[in-house]
Parts: sequence; C-alpha cells; structure tokens
Amino acid sequence: MATQHSRSAARIMMAPAVILLLGWMLVPLTMTLLFSFKKYLPLRGGDLGWVGFDNYIRFVSSSAFWPSVQATLVIVGGVLAITVIFGVLLALLLDQPMWGQGIVRILVIAPFFVMPTVSALVWKNMFMDPVNGLFAHLWKAFGAEPISWLSEASMQSIILIVSWQWLPFATLILLTAIQSLDSEQLEAAEMDGASPLARFGYIILPHLGRAITVVVLIQTIFLLSIFAEIFVTTGGSFGTRTLTFLIFQRVLESQNVGLGSAGGVYAIILANIVAAFLMRIVGKNLDA
Amino acid sequence: MGRITLDKVTKSFGATEVIPPLDLTIEDGEFTVFVGPSGCGKSTLLRLIAGLEDVTSGQIRIDGQDATMTPPAKRGLAMVFQSYALYPHMSVRKNIAFPMKMAGIDEAEQNRRIESAAKALNLTDYLERKPGQLSGGQRQRVAIGRAIVREPAAFLFDEPLSNLDAALRVGMRMEISELHKKLATTMIYVTHDQVEAMTMADKIVVLRSGHIEQVGSPLELYHSPRNLFVAGFIGSPKMNFIEGSEAAKYDAHTVGIRPEHIAISDSGGAWSGVVGVSEHLGSDTFFHIHDTGLAETITVRADGEVGFRHGDRVSLTPRTDVMHRFDAQGLRITA
Repeated sequence: MATQHSRSAARIMMAPAVILLLGWMLVPLTMTLLFSFKKYLPLRGGDLGWVGFDNYIRFVSSSAFWPSVQATLVIVGGVLAITVIFGVLLALLLDQPMWGQGIVRILVIAPFFVMPTVSALVWKNMFMDPVNGLFAHLWKAFGAEPISWLSEASMQSIILIVSWQWLPFATLILLTAIQSLDSEQLEAAEMDGASPLARFGYIILPHLGRAITVVVLIQTIFLLSIFAEIFVTTGGSFGTRTLTFLIFQRVLESQNVGLGSAGGVYAIILANIVAAFLMRIVGKNLDA
Repeated sequence: MGRITLDKVTKSFGATEVIPPLDLTIEDGEFTVFVGPSGCGKSTLLRLIAGLEDVTSGQIRIDGQDATMTPPAKRGLAMVFQSYALYPHMSVRKNIAFPMKMAGIDEAEQNRRIESAAKALNLTDYLERKPGQLSGGQRQRVAIGRAIVREPAAFLFDEPLSNLDAALRVGMRMEISELHKKLATTMIYVTHDQVEAMTMADKIVVLRSGHIEQVGSPLELYHSPRNLFVAGFIGSPKMNFIEGSEAAKYDAHTVGIRPEHIAISDSGGAWSGVVGVSEHLGSDTFFHIHDTGLAETITVRADGEVGFRHGDRVSLTPRTDVMHRFDAQGLRITA
C-alpha cells in the first residue's frame, strides 16, 4: 500500500514539471505545423487562410533550398572532423603528466564559456579583418596579400570559428575517456611489442569509440542549428546560408511566416535523417 | 633458456628508495615466487625485470646478456597482469594473436599457436567471444594464453589470482603449476599470499621493504626461517612467539613455536590457559588460548575431533625439538 501511495504521490508531484516541459515542446511544434499550412504575411494582410501544401512546395523549389542544405551539412561535417581529430590529439597531450596541468586544462575549456555571438565577433574583428586583423598583420609580415577571410574563404572561416568553440567540449569528454583507460592494458600492449603508434591504433582509439560517438551525436544536434556565428559574420552571404538561416530570412526578412514554418518542418526532418544515419553508423559503439 | 640475474639493482621514486641494492639469481626453468606484505616492493621488482620501470642503478642480465636498457618487448619475457589486461574490444582469438601480430609472425603459424594454446587452456570453444563474456577464470586463461604464444624466456605473473574467488584460485593454482611442469620455462610469480607461495614455488623470495629477507625452498623456509619476520610470515596460522623468562629457559630472546607443534590436553602440560575463540575447519580446529602468561594469545592446531569449549581451562605441551630460537636482533640461533 505504502509504495502504491508514494508512487501516485510522486506522479502528482512530478506532473507540473512534466506538463510544463510537454507544453514547451508541443505548443511551438503545433503552431509551426499550423502556420506551415497557411498563407500568413504579418505586414501584408496577416492570416490569408489555408493553402494546403503550397508553402512546402515553394520552399523546396526555391533556388536557395538545396545550397542551404549542402552548407548545413558541410559545416556540421567540417566541425565534427576537426573537433574529433584535434580533440583526440589534445586529450592525449593533456593526459601526459606535466607541470601546471590543472591550469592548462581550465584554459583549454575556456572557449566553451564564451558566448557564440561574442566569439564570432572577436574572430571577425580581431583575427579575420582584412585590414586590422591579426591574420592580416601576420600575412603582411611575410609579405603576402592579406586574405579577406569572411568573403573569400567564408565557409572555412565559419568552420574555424565554430570548431574553436566546440573543441573544448570534445577534448573534455575524450580526456575523461582516456583517463578511464586501464594503464595495465597499455603496459600489456607494450610487453606484447606494440609500438606507440600501434598502442594508439589498437588500444586507445577503440577505447575512445564510445566517447567519440557521444561527442558526434551531441555536437550534431547543436551544430545543425548554429545561427549566431553566421548572423554576426557573413550574414548568410558568400554561400554560408544554412537551412536555419534560410528559415530566419523567410520569416523575418521576407515576413512570410507560413513559408518559414514549412522550412522549419523540413529542418526537423533533416535533423532526424542525420540523427538516424549517425545512429546507424556509430550506434553499435553504444551497446557493447 | 631463461636465467635472470639482478646485480645490485636499486629503484627510487624521487627521494624514496623502494628497492635498496639487491642481488638475486633466478635459474633457468625455476618457479620463483616473490612474497611479502603489501608495499614490500615485490611488484616493483617484477616490473623492473619486465622493463616497465627503469632501474635507478645496477644491472639486469637475462641469459648473461645485459638487458638493463632493453625495452620490454625485446626482453623475451611475457607478463600476466593482476587485472588480466585483456583488450576488451578484441575477441579471445585476436587477444591471443596480438603479440604475434606485433612481432610479424605469419598467419598460418599464428593460427597453429593459437589452436595449441587454446587446447592446452580449454579455450577452444571461446575463441570468438569477447573478454566481457567470459568468467574470471576464463579471462585468466586467456591472459596466460596470450603469454604462452610468445614462447617467452620467462613468464612473469603479477598477483594473477587475487581477483578470483577462493575455489577458483585453488584450481588455477594447480593449472599454473601443471603448466610450469609441462613447459619447464622460468616463471616468476608475485603474491602476498604465503599459501600460494608455499604450494607453487621451487624457490621463495621473501621480501620486506625492498630487502630480501630469505631465499629458499618452501620447506627450508618453513623449517628454518632465518629471522622473526620470515618465521611469522610463512606458515598458517602464524607461528606463536614467546618472549621473556620462558624464552630465557631456552637461552633465547624469543622462541617461536608453530600451532601444529603444540599438543592440547586437559592437564599435565608445561603451559596452561583458557580457551577463547575456536575455529572449526572440520579436519582441524584452531584454538586461541588466553591467560597463558606467555603471550597475548597462543594459537594451537588440534584434530577436528578435539572438543574444548570457550572458557575451558586447558593444558599445553610444546614440542621443544621443533622450537625456533631467536636472539635480541630477531635472528635465528642455530643449534
């Protein structure tokens, strides 16, 4: 009896939180779905009634759609590759016993605490500015022509900025994973005649498989929706218009809520496809 | 061949000297056990021989060759770790094949050695499983298999049985002894358990804080321990030590008498006391006797049928012919 009582009491106690979270998710989702079937132009007549799948067809047939999907995937893929590879290397480095390890670790994590808008502005104005930026000075010091990063190498620049932000996250997770590796396994491999490179390939990397999976999944979820870094740097020009940015432009710049909502539904579908795809590839790492 | 010689080997971690200068020779084909309480440097000594730690000074020779600076893989030694250190993402077959793969041995030879090792260790049915799907004893056998296939000059075991339950430990003890008889390869085995040392060793090396206290065969150590430490460490239950006037009767500072060398009776013995805790093992009973006026407790081993109870006053008769005598420095007094 007591357990049944406490169980129902627990349900009642938890209900407000559950209802709040559910509402938080369901209300915007339902409204997006609702608007996506309407012609809704807030400054040009407001709600103009149901239009069926017109918005969906217009969104996909727009010349900006496929390039935006491509830009999204390139940014996500580029950032994932950089953060995982350098994350593993940095984690290996930080795992070595060295003087001032604690401080170095905190410094490595620091970029994660900087707001995306701020870090993007810092990169744009301090490093990538073609006249006053540090990179421009560096290029000039070697007698080279400074690159105007954000217009000539816009995609690479944004990948660089976002990677800088997410590298600490990857490093941190991979570092804890490396620290959990049983040192006797490495010693056994050493006795078995494995070179340092073989020890990395046969022992450390497989051990990190699960942590890499976690890093890839979590980062993908966040990277699919990056916005601030693009907004304050290129503003979506020079081929950096991602799907998120395209939706933003449709809703706020074109003032077409219906069309933007249809784009939002596509974004949800894309996120699910990418997630399913990733789970298929790396998911088996999570069972073992 | 596997004759290992340590010549004035020392090891320090920073300012703390873990192993003071130490000389030891391990003969080819010998089963040598390093035994001592935890923190006595026995594992460090094994790791020095393996090459996982660098010696601070001195020389290690394997078959007469100076191996002090040789990397671990080149010493021709194989090690079985306490945690087994199997590679969790590889199947048993791949685990066993790993050292051969690293040595660049061709596939056919690899398979031949894996098959024969698996047969010897009863692992044939488990070759395709992952270590996580095996029991403790099976993992232990895989670790041994991985060592065997390298055909090393010597095997090094670092407390390999301490993670197994008691019944399995006895079984594995026999299997390792069998293996030694079959392969006739040098084996060095580290343990804190004197029962393992006594049952398996050809030669026991008793260590305390990096010093070698005594080297000898199990029975040598049992019958003539060189000092109080060895006397107390070897043998179970522990030897009884008696100091003071009773010891003076035998011209010694301390006398030691093993529990199995004291007879217990109702009356008529040299010593008397009151029965405290008695441990019944069925075959034997260990009585802990208080109020003897000799030592805090005297442990006596008696036949399982002897039926004294808690609080009974009993009489004890030591066998003076097998009594051990020690001087004030704790060293054995011979004859």
